[in-house]
Amino acid sequence: MGLKDIISPFYVWKRALEKPFTHPSPLTTRPGSDRYRGFHQNDMHKCIGCGSCETICQNAAIDLVHVDGIETTEADSGLRPKIDYGRCCWCGLCVDICTTASLTMSNEYTWVDADPEVYRFIPGADEKSWNDTDKGYRRAEGYNLLETERVDMDMTLGDDGIKSFMEVIHGYTKEQAMAEAMRCVECGVCVATCPAHMDIPDYIKAIREDRLEDALELLYRTNPMPATCGRICTHRCETVCALGHQGDPVAIRWLKRYIIDQFPAEKAIAQLEQEFEDNGLKVAIIGAGPAGLSAAYYLVRLGYNVTVYESQNKAGGMIRYGVPYYRMPEDIMDDEVTVIEKMGVILKTGIKIGRDLLFEKLMHDNNAVLMATGFESPYELSIPGEHHSRVISGIDMLDDIANGKSVEVGNVVAVIGGGNVAFDAARTARRLGADVCIYYRRRIEDMPADSEEIHEAQAEGVKIIVQSIPVHIEDNNGSPRMIWNRAEMVDQGPGKRPKPVLIQGASETADVDTIITAIGQASDYDYIPESMSGRIHFNKTRVATERLGQTAETKVFAAGDIVNSRGDAISAIADGYRAAKGIDAYLTTKKGEK
Amino acid sequence: MDRSKFPEIVDGKSQYDLDSGRFVKIWNGPQHPGVTGNMALEVVISGDEVVDLKTHVGYLHRGFEKLMEQRLYIQNFPLVCRICVPEPDTNEYLYAAAVEELSGLEVPERAQWLRTLTLEMSRLASFIMWLGGQAGSFGMGTVGQWAVAVRDYVLDLFEAITGGRIYHMYITPGGVRDILPEGFDADLEDVLKKVEKFMHDAEIVLFHNAVFKKRTKGLGIITPDMIDPYGILGPNARAAGSTRDVRKDSPYAVYDKLEFNVIVGSDSDAYDRARCRFQEMQQSIELIRQIMEIMPRKGSFYNRPPNVLHWQIPPGETYVKAESTRGEYGYYVVSDGSNKPRRVYVKGPSYTHAVALFEQMAVGTNYADLPGLMVSLHTYPPEIER
Repeated sequence: MGLKDIISPFYVWKRALEKPFTHPSPLTTRPGSDRYRGFHQNDMHKCIGCGSCETICQNAAIDLVHVDGIETTEADSGLRPKIDYGRCCWCGLCVDICTTASLTMSNEYTWVDADPEVYRFIPGADEKSWNDTDKGYRRAEGYNLLETERVDMDMTLGDDGIKSFMEVIHGYTKEQAMAEAMRCVECGVCVATCPAHMDIPDYIKAIREDRLEDALELLYRTNPMPATCGRICTHRCETVCALGHQGDPVAIRWLKRYIIDQFPAEKAIAQLEQEFEDNGLKVAIIGAGPAGLSAAYYLVRLGYNVTVYESQNKAGGMIRYGVPYYRMPEDIMDDEVTVIEKMGVILKTGIKIGRDLLFEKLMHDNNAVLMATGFESPYELSIPGEHHSRVISGIDMLDDIANGKSVEVGNVVAVIGGGNVAFDAARTARRLGADVCIYYRRRIEDMPADSEEIHEAQAEGVKIIVQSIPVHIEDNNGSPRMIWNRAEMVDQGPGKRPKPVLIQGASETADVDTIITAIGQASDYDYIPESMSGRIHFNKTRVATERLGQTAETKVFAAGDIVNSRGDAISAIADGYRAAKGIDAYLTTKKGEK
Repeated sequence: MDRSKFPEIVDGKSQYDLDSGRFVKIWNGPQHPGVTGNMALEVVISGDEVVDLKTHVGYLHRGFEKLMEQRLYIQNFPLVCRICVPEPDTNEYLYAAAVEELSGLEVPERAQWLRTLTLEMSRLASFIMWLGGQAGSFGMGTVGQWAVAVRDYVLDLFEAITGGRIYHMYITPGGVRDILPEGFDADLEDVLKKVEKFMHDAEIVLFHNAVFKKRTKGLGIITPDMIDPYGILGPNARAAGSTRDVRKDSPYAVYDKLEFNVIVGSDSDAYDRARCRFQEMQQSIELIRQIMEIMPRKGSFYNRPPNVLHWQIPPGETYVKAESTRGEYGYYVVSDGSNKPRRVYVKGPSYTHAVALFEQMAVGTNYADLPGLMVSLHTYPPEIER
């Protein structure tokens, strides 16, 4: 230790004149860094209230709450995250998991207030100075806690697909299904949207945990036709799936199919079979389509004696006779019906009510009657020449194919329409060897058909001409010649669909061998006797019912396409379920009155 | 050591008699300024000499290990950094490494470099804080002020990379959460220069300070034969001649790609330990510059684990370790196949230093040197209790 050691401490004075390190707040402020994890921001219009932030928050700092002005819709729970900053640890996991990327954090971190209550607020709903800053923590590019891509499905598409009526979609393997099931965040937006309110997150969880028996029971709890819905459902659930906002939605439909694919009919029956106490009451159901079968299944489980009358030779309705085999194979349809039949439903096919058996007799012999006859009569084009012998309806063509009749369409086919029936007819004609072109009066994005159908049809070589309106059909040496006109889309104001309007002089001609029309169907109510017609009311073409399917004639219920305008299988199934509840409520009350 | 004037020790207990009037019992803490975290010292003195010392922990017990058993794997990564406040990144790294090992999750090369960078930066910040504490505990608060200020510059860098100053929550199972922000290289170099200036000044006013030298030389000597029985780690052991350094002995992250030597002392007292740590600070700066020069600037920095809300990890157990500023830091994690860890045990190196070793070494020292002695062992109570 020398003199230097005594002197050197005085070196500290050198720094005496340096500026201070600190900021004299509030005279000057120091903003947080560009990535600072400060108070949250939430884009209220992007947020769908899925609640993933609430699920992942390890401090339970987030609650999903109702916000004035935010409506609950099919794709939006109507709730928004409220954050308690007394619990928040500013980790940002909520931002990382946010399915819509609406939740972010600002770089604002100073806020002084005497009232502790202010530190619990709904980001985005309340006016805050940091609401609009673009600085603060955001998910980095390349960092995402959720898988945005769905597991690829094996399909036979294109030229291989049109060689036969073999099923196009092969279904998931166990590994694929489990990987896809992992993607779900269990928010439940899908449950609210599904017409049948299926327990989607629960059965996906069951797949993930390989509890397939539980998964099957969950499916049948709200939907007795899972194999159908696993294939041809319009899957509104996927349209609203939270994961769809930043990537592909979870393949809910295919996961459902994976479950039922593991259960051949006899295995499913063994799993679902139970003894039900016969309550001695009889219910007749007219029509063995999805609505009728669904109602029958649930009524049988409630102890009713149910007979379903079907005019066709086999049960299944539009699913069997309107959906081609490459989308819904015949044996799968048979299995589906077998399971429902084995639960105790009496099925009488080939009996048309009003022709083979009178409605009045049904009314007399049963405690309740459910009408579920569907929309089977095709709409006409209402243009000159449409009664040409080579102009056929898509529904009739698909029906003939399903009944094993041979259908000749020739080499060149024009299909008119943009719904699923039009695409089914087009793809079927393609499989019969024809060159097919679909004519649709609006744009592709306006088509009511499923996007998968459009995509698969295009892959199979089906041509699509949009904004085209047939104006008349004339004969060309026995073949039809279609004169059609181009149309332009004319805006109809906000909230309304643009309307196609003919462009003057833009007329074209198509020489084809067959024209298939598929512009929609209507119902045939001829079976309702005149004596009752006054007591069953109609809304335009549909039967008017109360919420659970009851008509003004209290003993008669209605379900399916003749009631709801959605016109898809899952809505019909949901309708059947509701009607079963309605019939049960009606008959139970009546029993009590006696 | 001449123990003749101290009370006899029977079964490890000092037989002092408070009623004799020769001894005074003083409670230091749990908020004593010389203690870096809440820990109490029960000191018995005779005059100004320490006769007996008991370390009492329990004031900082937050139950992290138990809490982690009830949370999803992903939910624990923002939690672990809180176990050790001054050097949180070691915890983040070790938790992620353990989970990755159990689940078989690969980590991209670039993430390993970014992890090593933040690990060294946090070692540097932790050493700076220690240096301030070491000076402050001997009454040289000026250096303490400088240290806290310069550490904040390092925290600015953390804020720029991670969005947080103290709790970075940056190293996550599968990689890191982001890459370096734009302009970071220049900011980093700027801060490193500030740190070097601080160290230059500290060298003059602290290591060439007669008072500091007088009070630290010969204080708290750790002899090489004490290392294993007391489980002494890190610079405490290296100042006594040990060459153990996890970064060298079993390299993790990208330490095997960096050039550095283990810093070893010889005099084994508080001054020598301070010297060793001071050199490790220089080494950290050197390593940070090395990393910035050779680390890859392109490529992925994150491999996504399966959906973190349902992520289950196959049954297994692992122990992973890393070199913190206090020595080997370890995580023992047991998984049972569920979506939450079955058991997490955190081995903080301060435990042996602050309890067994400190209780032994304090006896016979001047009471006024007690905080300085404790800081020279670089103990962090939060990692003792978790």
